[in-house]
Amino acid sequence: MNWSLFFGELVSGLTLGSIYALIALGYTMVYGILKLLNFAHGDVYMIGAFVGFFILEWLGGPLSPVVTGWLAVAIMFAVAMLVCGGLGVGIERFAYRPLRDAPRIAPLISALGVSIFLQNSALLLWGPQFRDYNTFDLIGVKSYSIGNNFYISNVQILTISVSIGLTIVLALVVSRTRTGKAMRATSFDRDAAEMMGISIDRVISFTFFLGSALAAAGGVMFGLVFGQIFSLMGFTAGLKGFTAAVVGGIGSIPGAVLGGFLIGLTEAFATGYLPGGSVYANLYVFALLIVMFLIRPTGLLGSPVIQKV
Amino acid sequence: MTLRGGDLGEGNLPAGLPEPVDAADRTRVGVDDWVAQAEERRAARTGFTGHVVTAWERVPAPGRLAVLIGPFAIFPLITNEGNLYRYGLITLIYALLALGLNVVVGFAGLLDLGYVAFFGFGAYLYGIMASGHSGHHLEAVIAIPIVVVSTALLGLLLGLTSWRLLGDYLAIVTLFFLQAFVIFVNNANGGINDFSYPFVGKVDLTGGANGLDQIDPLNLFGYHLTTTKQYYFFTLISLTLLMTMLYFVNGSRTGRAWRALREDPLAAEVMSIPVNRLKLLAFMFGAATAGFSGTIFGAVQSGAFPGDYDVGLLITIYAIVILGGLGSIGGVVIGALVVNGAPELLRSSANARFLFYGVLLLALFVAMRPWYKPVVVLVGTIAFGFALHGIASAVWSRGTAGHIEGGGSLGRALEHWVLLPSNTGRIAGWAYFALIVAALVLTLVRGWWRVVLLIPTLYLASFVWENKLVEQVSGATRLILLGTLLVVIMNVRPSGIFGTSRVEIV
Repeated sequence: MNWSLFFGELVSGLTLGSIYALIALGYTMVYGILKLLNFAHGDVYMIGAFVGFFILEWLGGPLSPVVTGWLAVAIMFAVAMLVCGGLGVGIERFAYRPLRDAPRIAPLISALGVSIFLQNSALLLWGPQFRDYNTFDLIGVKSYSIGNNFYISNVQILTISVSIGLTIVLALVVSRTRTGKAMRATSFDRDAAEMMGISIDRVISFTFFLGSALAAAGGVMFGLVFGQIFSLMGFTAGLKGFTAAVVGGIGSIPGAVLGGFLIGLTEAFATGYLPGGSVYANLYVFALLIVMFLIRPTGLLGSPVIQKV
Repeated sequence: MTLRGGDLGEGNLPAGLPEPVDAADRTRVGVDDWVAQAEERRAARTGFTGHVVTAWERVPAPGRLAVLIGPFAIFPLITNEGNLYRYGLITLIYALLALGLNVVVGFAGLLDLGYVAFFGFGAYLYGIMASGHSGHHLEAVIAIPIVVVSTALLGLLLGLTSWRLLGDYLAIVTLFFLQAFVIFVNNANGGINDFSYPFVGKVDLTGGANGLDQIDPLNLFGYHLTTTKQYYFFTLISLTLLMTMLYFVNGSRTGRAWRALREDPLAAEVMSIPVNRLKLLAFMFGAATAGFSGTIFGAVQSGAFPGDYDVGLLITIYAIVILGGLGSIGGVVIGALVVNGAPELLRSSANARFLFYGVLLLALFVAMRPWYKPVVVLVGTIAFGFALHGIASAVWSRGTAGHIEGGGSLGRALEHWVLLPSNTGRIAGWAYFALIVAALVLTLVRGWWRVVLLIPTLYLASFVWENKLVEQVSGATRLILLGTLLVVIMNVRPSGIFGTSRVEIV
């Protein structure tokens, strides 16, 4: 067996997976509370990547930043997360809130409209060309090896650890804080929560803020790991993020992370091992989604839904 | 048939027992007044639009069909311009496509976001069976039934997922299906990375990113459709037949069952409606229609290219169906005219300008009451623009140095009104953000504040239009406007413009 290929795909699968996990978290939280599929989430991720890029440019560009490379990266993360959090709150306020009691199909179509709006606005303003993060010059990519075949770079370590760290923070927010308790209550029964004095609008806005900020972090990570971003990158990434959320069990936070890593690994190993994998990796991810739906529609960690009439 | 509570068990009461206390209320048991009167309220439309709608509904169905289709049939007699024909033809194909989607989304309420893949599948399958690219030349009389049956089968396969999945899950699976289709046709060219199929090895199925070219014209019993005019009438006849068929289906047992399924799948199932079979039927019907229109589209274009069957087309078709009203058959034709007609006008920036300002004016006067408010806004905006332009030409010469794109009499007039910086790049980008923010704030304020805020917002809109949006009228701008349209319509009228609003029982 070719171990160097195996470990190579393993590391790239984990890296991809941690980005998908961050996107999936946003989907899963919004779905848990509103039962809404936020199609625009992938485009928020794309905008996060662009905000990171513009902050980098504002700091003097990747070749000669005015601050040290790692500080620049930290600022990029912080600003992108704040801006996209605000964007998420705005999208919810104007495109979804008026439709909260409308038939189910209406907010979905509205979400589709927001997605196409964001994507084409990016295309109009920033053009279709690739933008370069130049990670090599920014923080100096180093590669570490364990044994002969296992290689991992510092950017990949950064991505995986930041993703896991953010997930832990999120899990603590949801399980330990007052707001988190309100979120859980809202997700369990919106009307009852409102009667208990919870401000539903504020909880939902906060959820959108958290989800969109995480997606923006994912976008900046994508830029750092793969070096290049473009205005159409959100659509496919959004689809895979949702797939990850579904595979892990929608509404479950550990499930979203698990699903993200599973999708990332599937994609990486399909690229390396399956016939036609280098171009058809997404087809294999789709196959995984279908199989998942046939075997366990509620996902790996999801609980079965009992519909009340 | 109406069933009254009083009809049941009357006279079966044992003699001597006192009358039940709620005897007077018997007929009202289980009847929600509001729901019961929904039909009457719908019938009692008021105002000018109300009269139009009532008159429209009084016309018998063949008459309505003639009103919708007639102009299309007369259109070729009036004009002979080649380009207009092509627009008309594409509009008809889109209408055909939207009719199929209307069955899936409008009748049965299944959000199928992979619909465009069937359209592409039809074009590609016909191309594989009859083109110079593949080397086979099957007659259309044989090829069309094969295409229709195979797309219906593909629809059946995708529809199977709808057994276990509801709303959003179905949407994402179908969207992924579309994505998978696009990836497949982009790469299935028998190249180095492609699959090696069992028995046959590597095959060039779709021509990859370059597409499948030299598709044969439709060959019906030896009669070749070669000119746009012939395709135009072929599509028109197909559309008429399909509309007639859908009209009858809509009133039939199946059509009513579909509507029941849309309104409440669970209740429908309890009423012993075969929900799963109906879902599959809707998917198959939609897919077959899409496959058929795909065949026509492929033959018209004499090629099938992967970029044509993407999310952009999906949004266009959804905009048509939603604009026309979910579930409305005639509305789809009007929706196709509007959604496809507008971008055709948008192709030249001089026409696009007329359309842009025309729509703004129309929206202003339709949406604002009483009449003097839009007048104030209009006069205010014009004065505001001239004032700003005057100030700018005195202090910021670069701001008025640019020239309007496309020209025309309206364009030349606008050069004295709207700011046109010579180097627009960054300013126009910020103005675009500002416009979005201003438009969103507008939805929050009321009364005279809205009037006051509307003046700079309108000016900003024309500034952004002339400096940024007009650059890409047929590309990004078109999709931005369609996306905005979807969000706005969903927020203002969730049932679409010509759709009947739904009655929700809580």
